[in-house]
Amino acid sequence: MTANTNKAFSVSEASGRSKAIAGALVILYALVTMIPLAWIFLTGFKSPPDSIAYPPKVVFTPSLEGYVNLFTTRSRQTPEYLESLGPPRTWYDKLVRERNMVITGPSRYKDRYVNSLVIGFGSTFLAVFLGTLAAYGFSRFKVPLKDDLLFFILSTRMMPPIAVAIPIYLMYRQLGLSDTWLGMILLYTAVNVSLAVWLLKGFVDEIPREYEEAAVIDGYSRFQAFIKVVLPQMRAGIAATAIFCLIFAWNEYAFALLLTSGTAQTAPPFIPQIIGEGGLDWPAVAAGTTLFLVPIVFFTVLLRNQLLRGITFGAVRK
Amino acid sequence: MTARDRTSLAQKAARATPEPVARRIRGLSDRALAWLFISPTIILLLAINIFPLIWTIYLSFTNYHANRPNMNVRWIGLRNYQRILGSEDIWGYLQVTAHFVFWTMVLQLLLGFGLALLINRNFRGSSFWTTVILIPMMLSPAVVGTFWTYLYQPQTGIFSYIVNAFYDFGPLDMIGSVKLAPWAIVIVDTWMWTPYILLLSLAGLRSIPDYLYEAAEIDRANAWQKFWHITFPRVLPFLMLAVLFRGIENFKMFDMVAELTSGGPGSTTELVSITLKRAAFESWKTGYASAFAVILFVTVFGLGNIYVKALNRVKR
Repeated sequence: MTANTNKAFSVSEASGRSKAIAGALVILYALVTMIPLAWIFLTGFKSPPDSIAYPPKVVFTPSLEGYVNLFTTRSRQTPEYLESLGPPRTWYDKLVRERNMVITGPSRYKDRYVNSLVIGFGSTFLAVFLGTLAAYGFSRFKVPLKDDLLFFILSTRMMPPIAVAIPIYLMYRQLGLSDTWLGMILLYTAVNVSLAVWLLKGFVDEIPREYEEAAVIDGYSRFQAFIKVVLPQMRAGIAATAIFCLIFAWNEYAFALLLTSGTAQTAPPFIPQIIGEGGLDWPAVAAGTTLFLVPIVFFTVLLRNQLLRGITFGAVRK
Repeated sequence: MTARDRTSLAQKAARATPEPVARRIRGLSDRALAWLFISPTIILLLAINIFPLIWTIYLSFTNYHANRPNMNVRWIGLRNYQRILGSEDIWGYLQVTAHFVFWTMVLQLLLGFGLALLINRNFRGSSFWTTVILIPMMLSPAVVGTFWTYLYQPQTGIFSYIVNAFYDFGPLDMIGSVKLAPWAIVIVDTWMWTPYILLLSLAGLRSIPDYLYEAAEIDRANAWQKFWHITFPRVLPFLMLAVLFRGIENFKMFDMVAELTSGGPGSTTELVSITLKRAAFESWKTGYASAFAVILFVTVFGLGNIYVKALNRVKR
């Protein structure tokens, strides 16, 4: 291939060989970047000794001990006591007995996971509901100081979360909202609503006004036109926005750490606390991490074409 | 969606709304409707963002301690601010933060932009592999910090093992060593957020119209000239936007580092947010911490504004 044809190709389409090299490098990066996640996934199926073996074990006998430990609390017992209990009744009883322990009850992981779900979905619903209304208002009506208000909504995201947490902590203590679902839902709603307004406004802007105008001519009021014409067209945008809000609430850590301790604690501050005998129980931590991250990986794949919009608050669209 | 779906949805909505309310809403003027739609969001933000901010500003002039609710709160003027700005430790923490922000941005720009140039060649399977690369960005930073402590274990961790496969450094104590810890947090952040720069760079590259390259071709520009005079200036605003968003986030960084190193060893990875958390929720110096929070907020806001001005100049 001469230099000339090479150049001609580069105008719109890269040459075959340069494509192959580019592809190889990108795939190499992707594989390297997946090592940590693959490693955590594998560690969830290791036994505790295998998880701290040197050199690190790539081939190992899979075990569900991590998952059993994640969902149970256990106590160490003497062999005589274990002998007196009779044969283990279930496979997980058996697994735990092999480590000279008995299951004493369920762990709090499930509760934390449920808290994450409730707070995540609750705040997402509220943020998207408020955001849809506000986005429509900003997109379609003449609002005084519109740009200032929109900037104000965005600027609430610039504050360091810890800085916000100080007064919220005091306020919630006064109002009795500390460590409650409602308190966390309201807080996450406030954080997410700025994202929701900015993203959804972009989606509303893309819907031609002519549709509503036609509906108004047909005798609909403005509100009816919003419900019947605009909302159905916003469906995809609302779904994408909702997933972004959900991911934020799901991943949030600073507020959860400082404002919840028991009843309303979500999974992110809890996962590091999964402690086993003699330090962190890595297979259990890995199991908890895996179960926590799987939904996000799924949503990332689902959202891949909207990610750009979501991470830039709608500032950049494809 | 078909027209029939639309009417049935409308009927459902109409039935769901009680008649008098429905009539009242239907009769609203555009102006009233606009406020009805916008005000709930504004009220929520006022209650949960602005009111607390004002309270923080007030507290920053007092000696309040949140763990002593019965204590006599005194107005002490600017003394908190004086103590913070006069403290050498704080400047140290700001330096640690600057090191973190600077190196994460440099590494992520190089890697992200480089990857974007490669992906933009549209090899087969590029969209699949792009999606794979994007995954770390969406994960919970605190959980990422937690599991990297495992990967970073000096003896048994996979990180040290892989690095030693290339060059025999011996066990790398990424979290425990004063020298390595500042880089440990940079590496994890780069792993996590390079996709962000990648995604914005790709958007920039795809916004460049082909005719520019065709024109350059006619002028016999070489590959380097095309890159320097067309590709780079066109992508630059996107890169700057990415640096704005990520720079602010990393200046505020708390969760990932709190779980990974919690500021240690010593205070070699003590970012300003971690100091702030210590002051506010461990030593309970609420007034002092509030003053620090205000200083940080003003810094973010000020730097952000200067930066946006520069960004607008580049765009023009």
